[in-house]
Amino acid sequence: MTKPIVIIGAGQAGLQTAEALRAEGWDGGILLLGEEPHAPYHRPPLSKAYMLGEYSEAQLTIRGAEALAKKSIELRTGTRVAAIDRAAGEVVLAGGERIAYHGLVLATGSRARPLPFEGGTLPGVFALRTLDDCRAISAALEKAEGVAVIGGGFIGLEFAAVARKKGKPVVVFEAADRLMARVVAPLISDFYAGLHRRNGVELYLDAHVSGIAGRDGHAFAVRSGTGVDFVADLIIAGIGIIPNVELAKEAGLECEGGIVVDPCGRTADPRIVAAGDCTATRLADGRLRRLESVQNAVEQGKAAAAALMGREKPFLAPPWFWSDQYDVKLQMVGLSAGHDRVVVRGSVDDGKFTAFYFREGRLIGMDSANRAQDHMAGRKLIERGLTPTPEQAADESFALNALLA
Amino acid sequence: MPKVTYIEPSGNQVEIDVPVGWSVMQSAMSNGVEGIEAECGGSCACATCHCYVESHADVVPAAGETELSMLGNVVAERKPNSRLCCQIKMTPELEGLVVRFPDAQS
Ligand SMILES: Cc1cc2nc3c(=O)[nH]c(=O)nc-3n(C[C@H](O)[C@H](O)[C@H](O)COP(=O)(O)OP(=O)(O)OC[C@H]3O[C@@H](n4cnc5c(N)ncnc54)[C@H](O)[C@@H]3O)c2cc1C
Ligand code: FES
Repeated sequence: MTKPIVIIGAGQAGLQTAEALRAEGWDGGILLLGEEPHAPYHRPPLSKAYMLGEYSEAQLTIRGAEALAKKSIELRTGTRVAAIDRAAGEVVLAGGERIAYHGLVLATGSRARPLPFEGGTLPGVFALRTLDDCRAISAALEKAEGVAVIGGGFIGLEFAAVARKKGKPVVVFEAADRLMARVVAPLISDFYAGLHRRNGVELYLDAHVSGIAGRDGHAFAVRSGTGVDFVADLIIAGIGIIPNVELAKEAGLECEGGIVVDPCGRTADPRIVAAGDCTATRLADGRLRRLESVQNAVEQGKAAAAALMGREKPFLAPPWFWSDQYDVKLQMVGLSAGHDRVVVRGSVDDGKFTAFYFREGRLIGMDSANRAQDHMAGRKLIERGLTPTPEQAADESFALNALLA
Repeated sequence: MPKVTYIEPSGNQVEIDVPVGWSVMQSAMSNGVEGIEAECGGSCACATCHCYVESHADVVPAAGETELSMLGNVVAERKPNSRLCCQIKMTPELEGLVVRFPDAQS
């Protein structure tokens, strides 16, 4: 019997790779190994609709057991891979079992960065990464008297919006001088600071948190660098993620802020590919591109499956991402970093606008708030290297789709 | 449970019981119906759950603003009966609903 393709990590990237392997014509075994006790599920709703209680756990599942069986994908949940033995071509499970692989996919994802100060692990302090985290937080949120979010990134802010919708007092601390600073331009950061404040969030920028104080063995207050205590019994750590590279590193694969792959998802070992949050992509010019998104997990999964089958289907499309906070859907495409001009279409005051970012007259990125039509057109424009003029971008009567025809 | 008939791009038909309150997308995905990707998991952010609604035209609640905007740039042809099926919630009135998936989602 031929050896299976083994996939480590049953998240969005692992599942996508498994399905894409079938689409690419692999008819041998596919073994999807996941440490979590759940079948692959959608993570984005954990900080959005699911946390709000809008739907059930079963509705989070991406593919059910039958769907996987139909494609002869064998899923083993609750199964952690402890090591990769490249010389033998085997993975070693935590229980000691060895499984030989024909090809290996690393889709180990990432984990929440722990809070680097005193009290960061007290009961009442949570990271929001997994369904199990979400369950624990939901239960705590019902009883919480005060909520604190450390880190003004997407996940923390989405959670802050949910907690406000549930009527809880919420305080957000961000170390930088603006929200979501790593990804969005200042215009968007300012819009979101206003949005959260209007919805009753107590927001502190440039805020240095020095620790979390406990009382009776439970988190009790967030201590600011200036010595002020903010009482909170539910504290969310939203200070970013760490890619799970340890297995790859110990197996001698190159890692640099992620498992280094080429745009086709290939590592230096021809039998090993990687996809999703755990990777960093080496681009043709030598730069590393690191993305943490569903699109990246899906597209790298497709590329990695093709690569294992000896085909090149590089993922080089412009990145896109979205975030739901209150009644605003933010959709981002391309990268705004390095822009020399911003043009706005629509009205920031009405919360319906798109910011177009230009560099040397070329469109490099767009952030849309409640303007999905602009975003969808933007994905195609940027992918095809097309650009409106700044005047066309600002003119609501100019149809962006006209440039695509 | 109300039944939905999904027509895959090949023409193959799959009949599935969809729990009330679930979206038409969720049952298609969890049962592995071909022709849908639903990358964003129902956030109305990816437009890879595009379908054509082939029955119950007067009963299916109308698309919201974001959905209509997203439909403006779906990969397959947009038709008057195009919908993003993550935005169609199952109700008893939709018993017997028929939706068809296009040849391409992305
Ligand atoms: C709350 C939240 C909200 C988000 N919102 C958005 C959003 O709005 N839009 C967006 O685009 N993205 C969003 N993301 C990011 C997106 O969900 C991730 O980028 C995506 O899930 C990455 O998929 P992945 O498969 O690479 O990793 P993961 O989904 O993390 O899956 C990796 C899996 O591998 C398992 N694993 C790790 N090591 C081992 C091992 N040694 N053995 C076995 N199994 C192992 C892990 O347990 C995990 O289940 C959000 C993420 C979170 C947490
Ligand atoms: S699942 Fe993404 S828009 Fe419907």
